[in-house]
Amino acid sequence: MLRRMQFIPGRLIQTIPVVFGVTLVVFFLGHLLPGDPAIAILGEHATPARVAALREQLGLNLPLGVQYGQFLLHILQGNLGQSLTYQVPVASLVLQAVPVTLSLLLFALIISLAISIPLAGLAAAKPGGAWDYVARGYTLLGQGMPQFWVGIMLLLLLAVGLRVFPVGGYGITPLDHIYYLCLPALTMGIAMSPTIVRSLRSSTIDVLGSEYIATARSKGSSGTALFRQHVLRNAVIPTVSIIGVHLGYLVGGSIVIEKVFAIPGLGSLMLNAIFSRDFPTIQAVSLMVALFVVAVGILTDIIYTLLNPRINLSEGGEAV
Amino acid sequence: MTETPLLSVRNLVLGVVRRGRPSTIIVDDVTFDVAQGELFGIVGESGSGKSLTLRAIAGLLPGGVEIISGSVEYKGRNFTSMTSGERRALMGPEIAMIFQDPMTALNPVVRVGEQIAEGPRRHLGLSKKDAMDLAISMMAKTGIPDPIRRAKAYPHELSGGLRQRIMIAMALSCRPKILLCDEPTTALDVTLQHQVLGLLEEMCANFGTALIFVTHDLAVVNETCKKVAVMYAGRIVESGPVRSVLRDPRHPYTKGLLDSAPDFDHPDRMLKSIPGFPPNLANRSVGCSFAPRCEFAQPECVASSPQLEEVGPDRLSACFEKFTIFEGAHA
Repeated sequence: MLRRMQFIPGRLIQTIPVVFGVTLVVFFLGHLLPGDPAIAILGEHATPARVAALREQLGLNLPLGVQYGQFLLHILQGNLGQSLTYQVPVASLVLQAVPVTLSLLLFALIISLAISIPLAGLAAAKPGGAWDYVARGYTLLGQGMPQFWVGIMLLLLLAVGLRVFPVGGYGITPLDHIYYLCLPALTMGIAMSPTIVRSLRSSTIDVLGSEYIATARSKGSSGTALFRQHVLRNAVIPTVSIIGVHLGYLVGGSIVIEKVFAIPGLGSLMLNAIFSRDFPTIQAVSLMVALFVVAVGILTDIIYTLLNPRINLSEGGEAV
Repeated sequence: MTETPLLSVRNLVLGVVRRGRPSTIIVDDVTFDVAQGELFGIVGESGSGKSLTLRAIAGLLPGGVEIISGSVEYKGRNFTSMTSGERRALMGPEIAMIFQDPMTALNPVVRVGEQIAEGPRRHLGLSKKDAMDLAISMMAKTGIPDPIRRAKAYPHELSGGLRQRIMIAMALSCRPKILLCDEPTTALDVTLQHQVLGLLEEMCANFGTALIFVTHDLAVVNETCKKVAVMYAGRIVESGPVRSVLRDPRHPYTKGLLDSAPDFDHPDRMLKSIPGFPPNLANRSVGCSFAPRCEFAQPECVASSPQLEEVGPDRLSACFEKFTIFEGAHA
């Protein structure tokens, strides 16, 4: 087992150039915008004196290479700059927002799996049967409805109408957080599940037709025991990589959802920073999101290896 | 034999069912008995319905294929009138199955020891540890070296021969009364085939397990079984004790099979192939299914289908010409 995990250090080293590239993009984000970032920040009617002062503060008068070098150095020191809007270190803003977004994503993932696994299993048990139609209808609906619209509809139904869940916010205690995250997580979970249902349904049908399932049945295994012990562990393998790809994409979706439900996560931080032209914050959030996507990639490989003993991503992998 | 047979297949008809109606009959009117500890072979070429007959006994018919009529009785209990729960409770402790390809018949993501232990845990009510101990001792009995370490291996880490031994250990772990074998040696090297067959025979003899052995290989049947049924196009065309059937066939198809197999006692003999192809089961003729390929075919063979009739002690043949063709052919 340990031997098969030897690929992890190598994979971490591989991420260094990726992260380096991300810092390049993030850094030049501000410089790619037409015109002077200082003017972009202060607005077109700022006095030349204020523009000059800000240029000095942002170090915009230095050569580009030096500026980038300083930027990198600051990142390595954990200094992501000073938020122009809040006048506090960006790092502290980001550190507050990251756990919020992570819990939202994790919660959404759990909900979407809780929807997808039984639905895909029931659909695959009898292709063309009643549950299969339910699953197909659900994936069609789920893919057809825009995420923010689902969020608003859930709000109207469960928060405004039935008053089961809060309309927005994040609460104070950890239990509060879970309660407040229910609706946004459900919204994102619904958005994620159609792809998972589709992938899981087709791989489950494949697995159910395989000889080892006949073997398991010849041992008297059936129903949920068969599904849990023999079907799911095999069927979920291709789905893991799909979820991995999807999670990165979902961070983008979380921006809108966090706005709809007023969740103080990375998305809200990003959106507010964009509206107020808070460049250091935009840069920091972009960097965090990019790092998150890279981390999800590695995590996907690890889970993939854990689930599938035939996969050996480490070099010189050998049979027992 | 006067005692009630362990397994009794009576007039079994299997067919593809479309929209609730049988459209193609794949296995037609198959009847045979298997007694306690008996070694029974079913021979036939691909598509003869031998594997489906076996799967019907195991309750593992593929989707769309159903028992149209007839019965499978185990110790006098009819499978078709059992609930699926009662049916499954038999699978493992009473009836077990070994599949053709050990490469695909083991779950690739579960350690082989756990796969063997699964049945004993379910049916014998053993604890996790006891079941694993039993699995390891079964692996040792099938001649797997270093079973404690191998029990922790995944199927892809083992060779084909070892995997088939795992399958045998798994199938026999609950000491079933009947072991169903679906060409268990076809996917193995010839040298391994012999070993695995010997092992199967030995294990079945030790546990008093009856064997139903499906294969296309006459030599394998000769080596393993005592009784044999020859299937063609979904029907049993000849049956009887292996020795006498193979030495003195009473159906042109059996004779054709024997003539097409190499015989090492007479290496100079030319191999004769059976001309033509098996019939399309979707449009069966009223006559004998083998008639279009049969060198002895008479007009009556095309007009109606011959029934299995006694041709000697414990021997049956479904051929109108069985007495004229084979009279005195082998003294």
